[in-house]
Amino acid sequence: MTANTTPPPPDRWELRLYVAGQTPRSLAAFANLREICETHLEGQYSIEVIDLQQNPQLAAGDQIVAIPTLIRKLPTPMKKIIGDLSNTERVLVGLDLRHID
Amino acid sequence: MKDVYLRIPEHEGLIKCPSGIRGFDEITEGGLPAGRPTLVVGGPGCGKTMLAIEFLVRGAMEYNDPGVFLAFEETPADLAKNVASLGFDLNSLIAQKKMVIDHIHIEPTEIEETGEYDLEGLFIRLGHAIDSIGAKRVALDTIEVLFSGFMDHTVLRAELRRLFRWLKEKEVTAIITGEAGERTFSRYGLEEYVADCVIALDNRVVNQIATRRLRIVKYRGSAHGMDEYPFLIDADGFSVIPVTSLALDHEVSSERVSSGIARLDTMLGGGYYRGSSILVSGIAGTGKTSVAASFANAACARGERCLYFAFEESKGQMVRNMRSISIDLGRWTESGLLQFHASRPTVYGLEMHLAMMHKLVSEFQPDVVVVDPISNLISVGSDLQVRSMLTRMIDFLKANQITALFTDLTLGGASIESTEVRVSSIMDTWLLLGYVEENAERNRVLNLLKSRGMAHSNQMREFVLSDDGIHLNDVYVGPEGVLTGAARLTQEAKANAAALLRTQELDARTRAIQRRRETLEAKIAALRAEYESELDDLETAIEQERVQQEMLAEDREALAEHRRSDRR
Repeated sequence: MTANTTPPPPDRWELRLYVAGQTPRSLAAFANLREICETHLEGQYSIEVIDLQQNPQLAAGDQIVAIPTLIRKLPTPMKKIIGDLSNTERVLVGLDLRHID
Repeated sequence: MKDVYLRIPEHEGLIKCPSGIRGFDEITEGGLPAGRPTLVVGGPGCGKTMLAIEFLVRGAMEYNDPGVFLAFEETPADLAKNVASLGFDLNSLIAQKKMVIDHIHIEPTEIEETGEYDLEGLFIRLGHAIDSIGAKRVALDTIEVLFSGFMDHTVLRAELRRLFRWLKEKEVTAIITGEAGERTFSRYGLEEYVADCVIALDNRVVNQIATRRLRIVKYRGSAHGMDEYPFLIDADGFSVIPVTSLALDHEVSSERVSSGIARLDTMLGGGYYRGSSILVSGIAGTGKTSVAASFANAACARGERCLYFAFEESKGQMVRNMRSISIDLGRWTESGLLQFHASRPTVYGLEMHLAMMHKLVSEFQPDVVVVDPISNLISVGSDLQVRSMLTRMIDFLKANQITALFTDLTLGGASIESTEVRVSSIMDTWLLLGYVEENAERNRVLNLLKSRGMAHSNQMREFVLSDDGIHLNDVYVGPEGVLTGAARLTQEAKANAAALLRTQELDARTRAIQRRRETLEAKIAALRAEYESELDDLETAIEQERVQQEMLAEDREALAEHRRSDRR
């Protein structure tokens, strides 16, 4: 990790995963996310899972269209990653974690 | 609105969802297919969003159908602002739970795709919005934004197919807008998914004049108008003009309406027929507008409503100019019977003019319409287009029993047939104004070239615009030919002089004979006097004689007595 290319590493990662029901894709996304976070952000992250089938009104707030969608609430700026997060490389790029690798 | 403006035949089978948009339900014979999606395609600035939002607003306000607007391009605040100018209060509809606007914002640059996904979020949002107000109508404007937001078009297409099927299952009547494509109707071929009804909007610019047109490309299971229909978006929203070549089955009236010129009424045998079309053609300055204004004035004087489309003069100018021939149009505009609509022909395309006229006629509901002049419209269209437009205009007016007068400026030098080719065949009455040029002056003449269904005069009349109005005079037809103006006056003066001379001669002869009679009578009197005097003399002589005889007898008696005559 090089200090001159990234801002000081935030100590807190707030992630939110939007799913719609317990579909295999949702479960896969959650599992993939856990693995990535454990690997790269151990002890620094929190994951909130929102099931839109139960709370459809929450979809508009984060402009959710595709399912599953991962939102990086913190650190800012907000990032939006869609898909089942199976392409780890792209998830890391999306979360700006690729430098850590 | 009168019934005649909106004739929706009863339709069996397919259930239709009335859009409430002016004219649209007429050309679709009832509206959009109920419970199915309809695709509206068109280039940028065609009015797709306006059509979609008006469909929802009219649905909510007029049919009590709640609606959901899924805006992919504009924010609810922008939308509300845009339609506020049309008198639609979106915020109030939202507050009344008659409308939901969900703005779906997709920023391609901030989305990272990391594997399989679907658009369940969109379904959930739409489903939630529909369920929250029990929506019957849905508009998706424009869903093609998704194509730039998501890389995986295979997934996207599968999801769109699913979405439209899902909308049908939801039994909502939906409008989906899409950008017009080059080879397909919509850029991303949405018509592939929306198979029931496709409507194309178009905003064409010809000779720097834009004209909006609407066409129903397909409407499965329903009859519909096939033409391109002009439409307007103005202060009252969207209006499609259902101007097709109407069947020639309109009611006819045998009621006559005055032309406003007494002698012209006489020539026509009582005036124009109500609901007929009248063409007044002539070269510049022959008095076409004056004839038109007389007609308008007469209509208002009867208490009828008149709509006057002026393409050459402004309202103020018209009122002022007509005052010079003592036609006061100002009082009618003040009382509201007369409405001027003055505009330059070039501000709209031809179709837009028709649309505008159609709309104004529908609103104002006049008894009489004047278009002055139609020739100016030619500057924005070809002869064929003008003819087609006028045919549709006239059919529309006739269907509503509106008497229409059109003026037409023919070019100097061009034969009157140039008018004939264009429009005269669709006119019932044709007045031709012209000049007779002679003795260094030009005088207006009026011919009644044709007038369907009435015995009309074939005589040319001299047409005089004077301070106290329009007069028609008989032209002088004599050995020198047809004479008008000063020549007519000269000829009339000559005739008058000759007549005077003859009168004077007769007077003189009358006086002469009178004198002879007096002389004769004097002579008779003299002779009589002579006779009477002779008679008198004679009688006197007789009397004297008798007296003398008596005296003689007396004398003899006296003498005899004196003589003691024994001769007794």
